Amino acid sequence: MYAQMIKSEATKDDPEKLATFQARIDAGDKIEPKDWMPEGYRKTLIRQIGQHAHSEIVGQLPEGNWITRAPTLERKAILLAKVQDEAGHGLYLYCAAETLGVTRDELTEMLLDGRMKYSSIFNYPTLTWADMGAVGWLVDGAAIMNQVPLQRTSFGPYARAMVRICKEESFHQRQGYDIMMKMANGTEAQKRMAQDALNRMWFPSLMMFGPSDAESVHSEQSMSWKIKMNGNDELRQKFVDQTVPQAEYLGLTVPDPDLKWNETKGGYDFTGPDWDEFFEVLKGNGPCNTERLAARNKAWDDGAWVREGLMAHAAKKRSAKMAAE
Amino acid sequence: MSNEWPLWEIFIRGQHGMSHRHVGSLHAADEAGAIKNARDVYTRRNEGVSIWVVEARNITASSPSEKGPMYEPSESKVYRHPTFFDIPDDVGAM
Ligand SMILES: [Fe+2]
Ligand SMILES: [Fe+2]
Repeated sequence: MYAQMIKSEATKDDPEKLATFQARIDAGDKIEPKDWMPEGYRKTLIRQIGQHAHSEIVGQLPEGNWITRAPTLERKAILLAKVQDEAGHGLYLYCAAETLGVTRDELTEMLLDGRMKYSSIFNYPTLTWADMGAVGWLVDGAAIMNQVPLQRTSFGPYARAMVRICKEESFHQRQGYDIMMKMANGTEAQKRMAQDALNRMWFPSLMMFGPSDAESVHSEQSMSWKIKMNGNDELRQKFVDQTVPQAEYLGLTVPDPDLKWNETKGGYDFTGPDWDEFFEVLKGNGPCNTERLAARNKAWDDGAWVREGLMAHAAKKRSAKMAAE
Repeated sequence: MSNEWPLWEIFIRGQHGMSHRHVGSLHAADEAGAIKNARDVYTRRNEGVSIWVVEARNITASSPSEKGPMYEPSESKVYRHPTFFDIPDDVGAM
């Protein structure tokens, strides 16, 4: 998902405190920043919320790529608003992570030097305007699958950030699907572009949910802490079941010859993504990893004079005010 | 890092004559910047008609571990609630 392969930290705390903590979680209590929490809970959450925040921020880049080349002024304004929302999502989440005792600059630096990750999906390029449709429809669609249950996560600030984010996501998915409808019902060339976008985005979207639960060693602890609400395979299945009819409505073909409805399980059988490719992308070898990190580093470096200038201005104003008092 | 923009807590009054409510936090160099950022981060869809910003370090909070002793005085005074008193139906609405 936006947070993939989150390693949960082992915890070496007082067993009695741990038991009380777990009882609170089981009872549906929200944990707030000043409450006692196991070290492992705190560290795992910093990693998870941090990665989620980084994904929102880096996720602006593939779509930002098309803002200046949107086909109409209206599409441009809509895409701009969507990308601005993603910046907001990043900010809500960074603030939630900061309540756990990490600073914003530390989080930023860990993204910039590669110590922290962002979602694999944003290391794929957006080659045509139809990709703006596919990203909104599939990528935001997959994100919604994961974020809706996270509104009930045990850590209060994270849950509240998720509530805000979920309110805004539906617009994202709908504007994407709206682009897809326009393209799929357009000229032959437009339809080909729409199909091509689906072909390229389908498997990377399935990867967003992370490897099969059978292979993910860390989900059990995170599940009992209620910082992971569903299994990866469960969410992936739900996403496929929801998305295939939407592709059919568009008259597009999901690029999976083995895709077929399975009456007994009440869901589709489908081909999983290429996990070797997924791990390569995570290691930094995806099509756009270098470009994305370079863009974030450049933005950070180029913005340094603004950050410093505004701080100097604020300090000057403060001392002028103190002198006047 | 020493030169990081300070953290501000943001309170917003919604449309309907409600009190200001805490909505989250953000970083800004000064109060004017905090209000501008709050507008962009927390009111993109008309969520507010008024914004308060308070630098986070100026907030004093009660400690959750003292929850028991802190609120004990109110827990033992059930007679503060109107339902403590049985008023016969014949008396009418009260
Ligand atoms: Fe988002
Ligand atoms: Fe989104």
